[in-house]
Formats: sequence, structure tokens, C-alpha cells
Amino acid sequence: METQVALRSVERYFGTTKRARLHALGPIDLDLRKGEFFTIVGPSGCGKSTLLEIVAGLSPASAGEVLFEGRPIGGVVPDGIGVVFQEDASFPWLTVRDNIGFGLQGRGLGGREVRRRVDHALDLVGLSQFAAGYPAQLSGGMRQRVCIARTLVLEPRLILLDEPFGALDQQTRLLMGDEVLRLWRATGATILLITHSLDEAALLSDRVGVMSARPGRFLDIVETHWPRDRDSRLASEAEFGDVTSHLWRLLREESLKSMGVDAALRRAS
Amino acid sequence: MKLATAIRLAALLVLILGVEAACRFGLISRFTMVPPSAMAVGLAETLSSGELNGEIGSTFGGIAIAAVSAIGVGFVLGALLHALPRVRACLDPLLATYYSIPTFVFYPMLLVFFGMNRTPIVVIGFLFAVVAMITNTFNGLDRIPRVLVKTARVLRLGGVATTVRIVLPAAAPHLFTGAKLAIVYAFVGVIGSEFILSSSGLGYEIAFSFNNFDNTRMYSLIILVILVVALVNALIFAWEQSLLRRWGRW
Repeated sequence: METQVALRSVERYFGTTKRARLHALGPIDLDLRKGEFFTIVGPSGCGKSTLLEIVAGLSPASAGEVLFEGRPIGGVVPDGIGVVFQEDASFPWLTVRDNIGFGLQGRGLGGREVRRRVDHALDLVGLSQFAAGYPAQLSGGMRQRVCIARTLVLEPRLILLDEPFGALDQQTRLLMGDEVLRLWRATGATILLITHSLDEAALLSDRVGVMSARPGRFLDIVETHWPRDRDSRLASEAEFGDVTSHLWRLLREESLKSMGVDAALRRAS
Repeated sequence: MKLATAIRLAALLVLILGVEAACRFGLISRFTMVPPSAMAVGLAETLSSGELNGEIGSTFGGIAIAAVSAIGVGFVLGALLHALPRVRACLDPLLATYYSIPTFVFYPMLLVFFGMNRTPIVVIGFLFAVVAMITNTFNGLDRIPRVLVKTARVLRLGGVATTVRIVLPAAAPHLFTGAKLAIVYAFVGVIGSEFILSSSGLGYEIAFSFNNFDNTRMYSLIILVILVVALVNALIFAWEQSLLRRWGRW
């Protein structure tokens, strides 16, 4: 399968002086296949979000190379990449419609084309009847859908989702997961999702990359072998339990490490 | 009309009628206060005679210049301080204690700088107003959620587009507060210094009437100032409400 994003020995350090330098991430080697749904899970502070920012071009890698469709990423976000963040990034001063069409302005598209794309995106995320409303009138989940729609209208080939459902309740999360799966099939885009929910990772992904405690590296990359046409009903299948328990086996030790309790626990046992 | 508004208006009316009655029946002496109806008549006469048009124009014109320049300069300085955190750290104590300085004491110095004209008064109005705009500008810029700025980068906006399309609207509620305070302070600064220091303008006319026992004229002019301030505030308030209704969350 065609590789869309290639990470080669990517590392990230924070701090400039040698003594204060913090090794946050890497080295990471990863090939994202075109059109796949790839999820990264890892203990908190392992550098997941840093990795996503590097892939997005929002933050530089300290070492190594990131290629998007064969071209190196550096400094700017390449055309064709869309990002949805965990925090609510809707613009409160614009209507839902204007929020969604925000990125289309100044791209030389005609008014009719902008309208068509925004209408389509509104429809995809189920917000057509809220088009004239303002984000303040929407729930958290709906605002996150506004942000997803704002990304979709740009027709990205790679969508980066940085814990987009982190602030939502469990039921909404599951349904949003179904929605993302539907959008993923409808758009044919590659999705890179970051989450701390093992269930979410197991449910949504073709492959799950499990990261170690800081400095984050991939401990394992788990293939789920789910059919492309899937939804949250997978959660009741036996294989789903196998995948999540496998993920948890990999992650448990690392999560303890990241909490700084591994040594204490080992002494106790 | 909302019930609260009706009650407020009724309370105001009762107060005015009470003062009117107290003046008419001699509970308040004429040397202390003239009846509100006489104030209104006096105001109408003053305005229709046109004798104070020049003073009214120079006072409100001065306030407008002080307010507009304070908003403009305050915004630019606030944005610069936001961009230069070290400079801001240096100036922070000064800005925090700024309003403990009685700006009026600089009047003699300003007379030396700008001469015996309206400029020193407008400058006092400006000095009074500008810091409110500066602090509200950098507070507004500080509080822009980082995720919105990241979103600008993801949408590949340039510096100018980011400022115009994201930074300014996101900081708008704070900028609005700054502008509102700047206008109020410009009123206080200009009319206050006219009252105490100057020999022209509405503030001076009020003080002049006071010194000459011309109570009707004095109260009429006080009413005029109050009416204008109330009107300006009501306009700003209405505009702000219409924005806030939409941006309920901000």
C-alpha cells in the first residue's frame, strides 16, 4: 500500500541548554498508509500530541525527517492536512456556517462552490439545521463537529485528530466515533487519531500504535483487521475484547512508569 | 419593556418628583437647589439661546479627541507590550499603580509644554484614558485561546489574516471594555480639568455659575453633562449587549 506519511528517526527535545534538555520523543519510525485509520495510544506525557504537531508541521522535529506525500514537512502546515484539536476551536463570533466556511475564504473558490462545500459538510456532520446559530448555542459535541466540518470542507487527504472527544461524555464519544468512521469512509482520507481511550483506539482503527512512557517510542503496532465498514457495535464482539486487553497489557507498565509508581510497586510485590 | 427597566424608571421618576416637591414646598432652599423643572427649563433656554454652543463644542470635541486617541494609542501600546513581555514586566508596576497618580497635577507642566490653550486639557483626558485601553488590550490578547492561533496556522493564514480574522475578533470583548473605560475616563479627565483648572469649556462654565450663585444655570449644565454621559453609555451598552448576545460564551 502507498505510504502517505513517513517518519524517519524523528526525535524531539525540549529546552535549549544541555543540562535542561528534555528528551520528549523518539526516535520514531512510522509509515502511515494512504487511507488507513491509525490511532496512537500512550501514557500521559509520552509525547503523543508532540508527535501529532510534528506531523502537522506545527512544531519542528529536533532530529530526523518527516515526509508528507514524499515532500519534507518543516515550519508550515502543508496543504492537504487538516487538524482537529481537543480544545474547542470554534470561533464564537461567527455562525456555524461561517465557522465551517472560514478556511475556504481567499482560496479563489466561487461563492457557489463555497456554499456547496459548506452545505455538504453541514450535512455530513448533521448540523444543517444549526447553520445560522452561533457556537455558544451548541453543546460541546456539536462544537467539535463544527471544527470537524471546518476541516472537512478543505478536503484534506490527511486528517489529524488530537483527542477530539477528550472533553465529551462516554455516550457522545461512542457516537462521535461512529461519525468519524463514517466520515473516514466518505472522504477516503487518512486519519491519524490520538486518544487515551483504549476502547476508542481498538474500535476505530486499522492499526494502533502503542507508545512508551517518555521519551515516547512505539512499543508495538497492533493490527485490528476490522472490515472497513464498521461501527461501535464491534464493542460487543469477542475480538474487540482481545484487542483492548492486548493494548492494556502493553500499556499498563508504561502508564505506571509515567506515574512514577513502578519502582514503588515493584518493591511492594 | 422589562419589569426591571420599568421599576428603575419609576424609581427615578419618584426621586425627581420628590426633589421637585421638596424644592417647591421650601424643604430645600433655593440657594441649595432649584427644582428639577427649573433645571430643565434653564437647560432648554441655554441650549436654544446658543450662548454656550462654543463651550459645548470644545468640551465634547476635546473629549472625543482624547477618547479616540487614547483608544488608538492604547491599542497600539497594548499590542506592543503583549509582543514584548520583558518590557511589559518592567512596566507592570507602573501600569498597576498608574491610577493612583492624580493626573491633574501635571496641568502646570502641560501648560508649559503646550501653551495656554485647550491642548493641556485634552492631554489630561488622554492620559487619564489611555492606560485603561493599554491594560485591556494586552489582557484581551493574553486571553486568546492558544488553540485558535494554532487553528490559524493549520488553515495556513498569514500574519495579517490571522490578526484581522482571528486575533482581533477573539480579543474584541476586552478591547471593547478598554474602549468603554477610555471614553468614560476621557469625560472625567476633560470636564474635571476644565472644572478645576481651565478658563473655558463646560466644566469651567459649571464652576463659573457656581461661583456666581447662578444655581439654575449650574444645575442645567450639570444635567446636560449627565444626559450626554448617560446617552453615550446607553449607546455603548446597547452595542455591547448585541455583541454579547451572540458571543454568549466569551
